[in-house]
Order: sequence, then structure tokens, then C-alpha cells
Amino acid sequence: MNRKFLVLASLFIVAAILVTGCVPKGGDTPKNDAPAASDTPTSGTDTPAAGAAKILRTNNGSEPGSLDPALAQGTHESWVLDHTFEGLMKLDENGMVVEGMAKEYKVSDDFLTYTFTLRDDIKWSNGDPVTAHDFEFAWKRALDPDLAADYAFQLYYIKGGEAYNTEEGSLDGVAVKALDDKTLEVTLEAPTGYFLELTAFYTYYPVNKAVVESNPDWAKNAATHISNGPFTLTEWEHDASLKIRKNPNYYDAANVPLDGVDFTIIDDVNTTWQGYEGGEYDFLVDVPQAVTAKLQEEGNPELVIGGMVGTYYYNLNPAIKPLNNVKVRKGLSMTLDRKTIVEKIAQGGEIAAEGVVPFGIFDENGNEYRDGVGQLIEYNVEEGKKLFAEGLEEEGMTPEDFKKIVILYNTLESHKKIAQAAQEMWRVNLGIEVQLENVDFQVKLDREKDGDYHISRGGWIGDYMDPMTFIDLWWSDSSFNDVNYNNPKYDELVYTAKGTADQKIRFEAMRKAEKMLMEDMPVVPVYFYTQPYVQKPYVTGVYKPLVNYPKLTYADINR
Amino acid sequence: MSRYLLKRTIMSIITLWTIVTITFFLMHSIPGDPFRKEGKMPVSVYENLLKKYGLDRPLSEQYVIYLKNLLKGDFGDSMKSKVETVNDMIRRGFPVSAYLGLEALLIALVFGPALGALAALYQNKLPDYISMIIAIIGISVPSFIMGTVLIQFVAKNVSWIPIGGWGEFRHTILPAIALSLMPLAYMARLMRSSMLEVLNQDYIKTATSKGISKSAVILKHAVRNAILPIISVLGTLISNLLVGSFVIEKIFGIPGLGKFFVQSINNRDYTLIMGTTIFYAIILIVLLLLVDVAYIFIDPRIKLTKEGR
Repeated sequence: MNRKFLVLASLFIVAAILVTGCVPKGGDTPKNDAPAASDTPTSGTDTPAAGAAKILRTNNGSEPGSLDPALAQGTHESWVLDHTFEGLMKLDENGMVVEGMAKEYKVSDDFLTYTFTLRDDIKWSNGDPVTAHDFEFAWKRALDPDLAADYAFQLYYIKGGEAYNTEEGSLDGVAVKALDDKTLEVTLEAPTGYFLELTAFYTYYPVNKAVVESNPDWAKNAATHISNGPFTLTEWEHDASLKIRKNPNYYDAANVPLDGVDFTIIDDVNTTWQGYEGGEYDFLVDVPQAVTAKLQEEGNPELVIGGMVGTYYYNLNPAIKPLNNVKVRKGLSMTLDRKTIVEKIAQGGEIAAEGVVPFGIFDENGNEYRDGVGQLIEYNVEEGKKLFAEGLEEEGMTPEDFKKIVILYNTLESHKKIAQAAQEMWRVNLGIEVQLENVDFQVKLDREKDGDYHISRGGWIGDYMDPMTFIDLWWSDSSFNDVNYNNPKYDELVYTAKGTADQKIRFEAMRKAEKMLMEDMPVVPVYFYTQPYVQKPYVTGVYKPLVNYPKLTYADINR
Repeated sequence: MSRYLLKRTIMSIITLWTIVTITFFLMHSIPGDPFRKEGKMPVSVYENLLKKYGLDRPLSEQYVIYLKNLLKGDFGDSMKSKVETVNDMIRRGFPVSAYLGLEALLIALVFGPALGALAALYQNKLPDYISMIIAIIGISVPSFIMGTVLIQFVAKNVSWIPIGGWGEFRHTILPAIALSLMPLAYMARLMRSSMLEVLNQDYIKTATSKGISKSAVILKHAVRNAILPIISVLGTLISNLLVGSFVIEKIFGIPGLGKFFVQSINNRDYTLIMGTTIFYAIILIVLLLLVDVAYIFIDPRIKLTKEGR
């Protein structure tokens, strides 16, 4: 009887602990809450019902690896950073680059030196004024080789930046300087037409110099996290949830309707979709593909097909015969029915690719870049078949030889479906039977680097709104040039476009370069990405800059 | 007893060291690394990262450094998270997974053997069939289906129960149920067959013929003997539950240790892979030892050493 009693007693104790709800939390100490909605002075905007704070509830698909702008490297960090920090410039609801922390800027005649004058009323969330010293400190810190920032290369545009980061130059050689508290001067390596835009990218965000110097762990907990944007981080339970609240010190706080955003951190898209349907979320990015397709078909207004600058394509390994033959490559491209792929398979509102540079980027005249360069991809089965056959003959090969060719993709249902579609289209149109192979994402990257593939699926999302973010993927120097595209004329055009700030010359060079690329077809573009998201009818004011996740700063909830 | 414990401890340390070594070299032999990604990674940035995490040194040197740190109890920095060390992640994730695991264990322990005993006592009658159907469902239906079904039909319709996440007791209900079903079913079947065997034993007949009441026979003799096989599997079962089910934790978005196991491999986060593997190995070793020791107390026939067998 004794033993049984012991067992029962221990079971009871365990049960008691569980039921009293002592649930272990992975969290940190939350910051003191920002003042409640009713305390914030409003100027004509709606005052929420007494006591009811306007908190937007959504989900961040993955735990941020860091909320330190210098160490961030992906969208699961940048989404939060874009709401808690602000750079010298920012993107407005029309996707235009406008002044953020800077109230004005001047560019030297040789386009190499930028001088920014900061706004007067800008403060950190702890009340400290934001100064040019903070910017200088932050940029140099992100270039520090010991910090090993993933995105340090984004700052290589600054003179001396790359040298410092590769330990071939000194800290003092980095040409960014705070002339005084309000003036920041930076000199570039070469004229860069999109530099202003870069300052809106998270690696260029400022950090509070005093805070960072006194506490190297400042970004690890909400309690010590200090930022300068419309919201501040008030709570961070690792892997579980994240809360940001309105920053009363933000210069435009009066125009921010929300009191805060609550993010859960759940990576299962089916679970979060159930949550959205069940009313637990007001807003959601990362909608399951089948759901997007269904909502699109229904014409459901809660679905928004957000624009994005990204391209999905297939790499063709030129070291593998007959993929070395340009006619073979073009044949493959011409017989790929992209319209069917986006409408029947991807079904997320994607756009059939017309080149490598997606829609949404403005050219030197402020017009849609793609309109100036035209449709560079043809879908013509007859022509494609002919070219393909010619190319094969030139290589002394037959369609049978294609049986050994494999399309490599990283394991994901969507990639599989598209690969299957390509496989079938090429079978019907060209009479070839390629194989499919799926591998772990890391393995795919490794194999691409080693050239150990025939055809592999790739994708790239642009970092800034300029064609160069795509064009320079394939110049000989690029570390991303897995197809080893090596065309000196192409390199020259890239070099020209990188070396001048004259927008007319730049865009002319880039247009020529893209046309040349599509003539040679080292990669076969498939479609341009979109980012579908859902929002409840009572949510308004969200806009989506093409290079970022949806901006919630000026969102409003009106139930 | 103490000699036995000493022997077991030494063997455990050797086992652990073997696991550490095999995992370490195996992990470095597969393609990929923590920093490779699709996109721009200039050589200089890549090299800075390798240097920071000591991956630029020869493998044998890395191994020795790792062992040295391990002896100090330091699992190192995660290569993916710049906010938490591996120790932080385990310290944070383990209580969450353990909590969920214990809750699931409780459910399984309370209902599993009971279901099995019921089935055995009413063999081939209705309670038997119902219990066994429940058991089959519990074993065969994959936990991710169970989890999704629970979310779809319970969480969506009951506003008090969230679809996922963590923070309060109500967050633990559905995942614990989903997690408990397999062990529950398993224990039920085990209990049933073990109980049936025991009920046929001579000493049961002796007890009954001595005039002892039916319930006393069942509780004092049958259950106690039938429960032995369950104790044996309990060790592995508990360690599985304690370190979290990856699938359940992923579906419900639970910040436990479970997802680190698989995620760390996808990310090639070497330090996290090592840390989670070693942690799991330690738990398993300790629990198995406890189970073996518990055996002696439960069944006097069992001796830990060879004499007397």
C-alpha cells in the first residue's frame, strides 16, 4: 500500500502543479508599458473607446535571430525592425523614398558625398536625442569585422567600408563622419544612384551609441532595447511572442493610429490561418498556398496581393552539355508556359516573368522600368522546338540524352509542383524527359556552389528599388553567380551602371544588360513574386513597399 | 547497490563521450554550413562569420575546444541566434517541453493503463472493443493530424482555447492531449496484454480461492504485476515526452526544445545540434538508470546483478 500511496501522491503533486497553471515562460522582463491610448495627445484623429487600446494582432513566422539592426539578416527580423527603427530616409505609401530621420540632404557635384541634416525633434525611446554620432557609430559598427554582420556588404558602398570589413583598412578610413550633432557626411566609393534608398534599409539604421557602448547585450531583451522608430519593443518571449508599443517620442507619433502590435511567433502557416479564421489575428502574412488560391477565386476582399520585387528562376549549368548551347537554353525558355504556371499552379497572383527584373521599379523618367525595356521572354512552342533541335544537333546530342538531366529544387510542395509542370511542358513540347530531385535547402546551396547540378531552382528578392539588385547577380564578380555567367560585355555594362550617378546612363546600361542577359539566357526566369496577405475588413491603412513586408505604422483598427 | 551505480555511471560517461564524438564528426561531414544562404554572401563576410564561430580552424582543433567547453558546461553560442546561447535556449525550452510532456504523461498514465485494465477485465466484451479501438486510433493516427484536427474542431470553435502559442494553462490543453494519445494507446495495449497474462497465473487463482474480494485481487495482485512492462517502457517514453515532440510543438507554435532538434539540423546550427543531442542523451541515460533501479523496488524477483538469477 505504501508504494501505491507514493505513486498516487507524486501524481497528485504533478497534477496540482500543472493545474495551478504555473506555466514556465521563456520570457524576459517586459519594459514599462508605453502610456495608454487615452493619455496620448491626439490631434483630430479618432480617440479609441475609453480603455480599449488599438492593438493589431498578427504573427511573425519565425523567431528573430536578432533585433539589432547590424546583425539582422532576414524578413523575420526586418519586419519588426522596420517598425521600431527608422533610417535617414524611408519609403512612403507610394514606394517613394522620402526623408525619415533626415530633414534634408545635399549631394556633391561628383555625386560622391552626401550630407544629411537631421530633424530637430527626433528622440530615442529612452528620451535621448537622435544624433549624427549615432548614425556614424552604427554604420561603422556594422562594418566591424569582429561583429561579423551578415549584411555588412550592404555598407560597402561607403568609401573604406569594404576595406575595414575585410581587415585591409582602418576604422578611421571608413568615410562617414558626424560633423556635429545634426549633420552627417558620407563619401561613397563610386556614384551610386540608389544610395538614398539604401539608407532606408535596416543595416543603415542608427543605434543609440551610449546604450550600445555601455551594454553589448542591449538588443537581447525588451527591457534594454532602445529604438528610434514609431514603435518600441516592450516584450519579447523568445519563440513565443513579441510586442511593440507606440513610441511617444517618435516625431510623427500623432499620426500613428495604433497603440501597438502583438506578434505571436508560430511558424506553422496552417495553424495561423486557423487563428485568422477564428478571429485571433487581425492581419496575416504567410497564407497557405491553397488558401490564397481559394480566396483569389472567390474574389475575397480580405486577400491583398502585395507586390514584391523578386524573381523565381531556373539556373542552367553551362558545364553540362547540352546546357552550354544557347539555342538549347532558349528552346527550354520558349517552351515554358509561364501563364499556366502562375494561373494554375502557383496561384498566388504571381506574374509571368518578362525578364529578370520584376515590375514595380521606376526608371530615370519615373516610369515603370519594364515598360522601357519591354517583354524579353517569348513563349513560342514552334520556334522553341526548332531552336532546341538545332542546338541539340550542334552539340551532337539527341532528346534521349536529356533523360539524365535533373531539375534540382529544395524540398517544398510549391517548388515540386512547378518543377513537375516544367518537366511535363518540356516533355510535351520538346519530347524530352528530365528527372526531378528534391534536397534539403542547405544541400542545394552547397551543390550549386560546387556546380554539382544540371538545372536548379533559384529565387532572389531585391534589397532595394533599382534594377541593379538583380542585374549584378550575374556579373563575373558576383558571389551569387552560380551559373558562372561570364560575358565581358555584360560586365562592362554593369560596371558602367555602377560607376555613375547619371540616371540616364545607368538605366540605358542596365536595359542593355538585361537584354543581353535574356539573349544568352543563362537562367530561365519563371515568374515574379508576390506577397499575398490577409487583413480583416476593419483594418485599414496598411501599405506594402515592394522591398519590405507590409507597413503597419499607419494602420488603423475600426471595428 | 553502490557498486552497481558506480559501474553504471562510468558506462554512462563513456556512452555520452561516444555520442558526442560521433555526432560532432557526422554533423560536420554533411554538406552545408550555418552561414550559406541563397543570395549575396561575399567571401569577406563569410570568412568573418567563420572566424567568429571558430569554424575556420581544423576540425580536430574545433573538437578539442568543444570538449573543453563541454566539461565546463558551456554548450557555446548558437550559430543562428545572436540573442541566445545554446545554454539559454535549452534552459528556456526544456521547462516548456517538460511541462507539456508531464501534462501529456499524466493524461496517458491516468487513462492508458486504466483503459488497458478495463479491456482485460472485460475481455472480448464491449469495453474491450471500445478501448482497443481508441488504442488503435491513438497509435495509428499521426500526431500532426491529431493536432490539426483538434485545432480545427476545438480551438476554432471554443474561443477560450487558443489555436496555438504559449503563456497560460489554456495554451497547454490541446497540445498535451495530442501528445498524450500515442503513449496512452501504447500503454493501454501493453497493460491489456500484460494483465491478461497475469490474470491467468496460478497465484491469481490461489488468491481468489482464498476468498479475497475481486477488487482486492485486481488491485493488490494483478495490477501490480501487470504494470511491470509499462515501467520498462516508461523510461524511454518519459524522455521522449520531456524533450518535446517536434511535430506538436511546431503545429501549436510552442517554444519548447522539440523544434530545436530538427530546426538546428536544417540550419546546420552546429552548436545547437550538439547541445540538443547531448542534452537528450543525458536525460535518456538518467531515466533509463532510474527505471532499472525502480524495478528492484517493484519486483523483488529482479536483481540488478547476475547473482541470484
